[in-house]
Amino acid sequence: MVQSQTDIATPAEIEAICARFDDDPHRMLDILQEVQTRFRCVSPEVMEVVASATGLTRVAVDAVVSFYSFLSDAPKGRVTIRLCDDIVDRFSGLDAVIAAFEAELGIKVGQTSGDGAFSLEVTACIGMCDQAPAAMINDVVLTSLTAERVRDLVTQLKEGVDPGLLIGSRYYEKPPQDRIRDAVRNNIRRAGAVLLGPVPADSGLKKALQMRPEQVIDIIEDSGLRGCGGAGFPAGKKLRHATQNDSTRRFVFCNADEGEPGTFKDRVLLTERAHLMVEGMTVAARAIGAEEGLIYLRGEYTYMRDHILAVLDDRRARGLLGRNIMGMEGSHFDVRLQMGAGSYVCGEAGALISSCEGLPGEPKGRLPLPTERGYLGLPTVVNNVETFCHIARVMDRGAEWFRGMGTDTSPGTKLFSVSGDCLNPGIYELEYGLTLAELLDMAGAPEAAAVMVGGPSGTIIGREHFGRRLVFGDLPTGGAVMIFGPHRNILEIVDYYMGFFVHESCGYCTPCRVGNVFLHKAVQKIRAGQGKQADLDYIREYSATIMETSRCGLGQTSPNPILSTLKNFPLLYSAMLKGGGDRTQPTFDIQDAIEEARSIAQRRSYIFDRDFTQ
Amino acid sequence: MSTDRKARIATVSLAGCFGCHMAILDMDERLIDLMARVEFDRSPLNDLKRFTGRCDIGIVEGGCCNEENVHTLQEFRRNCDVLVALGQCAIMGGLPAMRNAIMHSDDPLRDCLDEAYLSSPYTRNLTNTVPNDPVLPLLLDRVYPCSEVVEIDLQIPGCAPSGDIIHDTLIALLDGKFRGFERTELRFD
Ligand SMILES: Cc1cc2nc3c(=O)[nH]c(=O)nc-3n(C[C@H](O)[C@H](O)[C@H](O)COP(=O)(O)O)c2cc1C
Ligand code: SF4
Ligand code: SF4
Repeated sequence: MVQSQTDIATPAEIEAICARFDDDPHRMLDILQEVQTRFRCVSPEVMEVVASATGLTRVAVDAVVSFYSFLSDAPKGRVTIRLCDDIVDRFSGLDAVIAAFEAELGIKVGQTSGDGAFSLEVTACIGMCDQAPAAMINDVVLTSLTAERVRDLVTQLKEGVDPGLLIGSRYYEKPPQDRIRDAVRNNIRRAGAVLLGPVPADSGLKKALQMRPEQVIDIIEDSGLRGCGGAGFPAGKKLRHATQNDSTRRFVFCNADEGEPGTFKDRVLLTERAHLMVEGMTVAARAIGAEEGLIYLRGEYTYMRDHILAVLDDRRARGLLGRNIMGMEGSHFDVRLQMGAGSYVCGEAGALISSCEGLPGEPKGRLPLPTERGYLGLPTVVNNVETFCHIARVMDRGAEWFRGMGTDTSPGTKLFSVSGDCLNPGIYELEYGLTLAELLDMAGAPEAAAVMVGGPSGTIIGREHFGRRLVFGDLPTGGAVMIFGPHRNILEIVDYYMGFFVHESCGYCTPCRVGNVFLHKAVQKIRAGQGKQADLDYIREYSATIMETSRCGLGQTSPNPILSTLKNFPLLYSAMLKGGGDRTQPTFDIQDAIEEARSIAQRRSYIFDRDFTQ
Repeated sequence: MSTDRKARIATVSLAGCFGCHMAILDMDERLIDLMARVEFDRSPLNDLKRFTGRCDIGIVEGGCCNEENVHTLQEFRRNCDVLVALGQCAIMGGLPAMRNAIMHSDDPLRDCLDEAYLSSPYTRNLTNTVPNDPVLPLLLDRVYPCSEVVEIDLQIPGCAPSGDIIHDTLIALLDGKFRGFERTELRFD
């Protein structure tokens, strides 16, 4: 690997970066991201320097570097291309796009060019399923790629064109908010009354500041608002729980990690409703008496970083963040932006907190809850982007207004991110309680044969279930609705997502780390036509163990793609199973097993090969 | 299994050390009682080389390291109702499977043979070639546990399993009462 002189980090430069973060080990992720961006890797020598500056061991630094897929100990290309390799991209011509990149760059996926100019990689869902295939080129996101476009892009990149300018020649002259809209389409198909319709600025916050904190919590509790990140925990209850301690320091964290494949609604909210989101955070801070907040933005959304920073700056300038908010004496709150670095599990609340603490993004134990002991061991409320937006709106319009929409147990509206085989992929803000069939109708998917609701950790259902309702208790979803037409191979989808979970498991729990590998292999075996009835029993048994003994939601849900398809598409599996009357293992292939020995011995097998000499 | 005829048992040692067969003999005087209920078909214990008929129980020691092992194991599967893997080699590959650890090589089998016959400092091999007599079965790319080659009905753990566990398992099988092992029976010392 050739490195140009400027790429090699001197200890002084590294120390300067650490000093900018006060040599604080809790800011490890920021430090390492900065090093990675500047020097394109965090080499073992650099780890030593970072370790001694922050007072940690090199091994501890290494553990962080090796955890995040956007950090690397070997140098990456000056231009790093990450192709989104989700199943939707694969179904939308990703193969041709990859082939075009490989041909034009002369490197394969996973490689860096000899001159250090380019790296080509694949990555899990980057939140662009409605405009697949998509890719990140350094921080810039490009969508709806075709082989033809790739050839043009690479030509420009080789001429030294900055990735941003691939989106438009005046990219950098525009304000951040326009840049991100140029790069990625919103595809808003339905705007509802709560979030995507007209929203008056900061009127929820104004009302909250005039109330006592308990009143704020009462209203949110009364609204019945449930968390939008997937689990649907009552938002008011979470806030209340965070106040039930005598800590003097509390935190409000916004989860903008949006990692569940097929989910991209937070992307649109961050683009269009970033102020509303921060307003909601500020309301929550008021409710629990927090002065510090944090937005955890997934690394894949780095293209929105400047936009979010601009929003925060703007709010500070207008007295909506900082000291004495809206002139309210003693009402202080400010928000820091924390960038993620390519890890799905970091969307899990505990892992998110670990990540913000500068640790590898491993989930915490199930108890205590973050509201009791969260960031730095202090009470922390973690909510999804959409939840905070809702909180601001509920404060403005009141609990009753909110409860007037949706159903009793799932009040209000929800953003659905619809992708896959349909005419109108994009964002639909709809009241809770509609049936999946109604949503499919709007999306233009009369042919839909299978739908994955709630991402791979949710459930995959067939036509006979399309009458079910999109509500908690029936078909819950953090937003993802992925549609598959009758021409798709469902086992391929299951295979892909089991591989996804294998890759994203943080490795802490053996059942999740190892068990998912076994499940993935079992699916591949069945796909190859080598499965037997006994494999299905094995899958069920293993799944039960993984779900029961895993520490966080990843392991607790990772068998779902298999289990839900086993349940809903049983014929698919039985068609693939082998009869196996002779009780031998179809996976064992004697010809494969003796191939090597045959070539060493230079003769046929006297047992298994026919003698053609006679 | 009906009681009016003796149950038929076959045994074989594949890639094992014969320790498991020795362990069968560790049943000691209980063998005499056992023989009242069973008769041995193909087995190294009586030197019968072929099946004379269908067997109720087949006992396999050792995993598969070469094509002959595979062939024999498949014959056992065809000829036995209940196939028992006896000992760690049969269950997991055991000691012979240490060669499976040669993974980071483009040609692991050749490396293994080179190490065994040519390059190891402890090797004294005057011909300086890897044996390649036509009577030698071809080695498999790696050592396979029996369950990867055919379906195995029952595994008796241990290296070697104790005479007690073998005896108790066989008796339970013959009585149709085998319900798995007690935790206390699963020990490896
Ligand atoms: C593996 C895993 C990944 C998650 N990813 C996200 C995510 O990307 N965004 C999110 O808001 N919640 C995610 N969650 C849920 C969070 O743990 C947490 O429940 C949520 O942020 C709470 O906010 P809410 O109550 O507003 O939904 C994830 C959970 C798990 C187990
Ligand atoms: S369940 Fe999986 S992802 Fe979650 S903590 Fe355990 S190993 Fe990590
Ligand atoms: S299990 Fe132990 S005793 Fe039995 S064959 Fe293998 S090494 Fe020998």
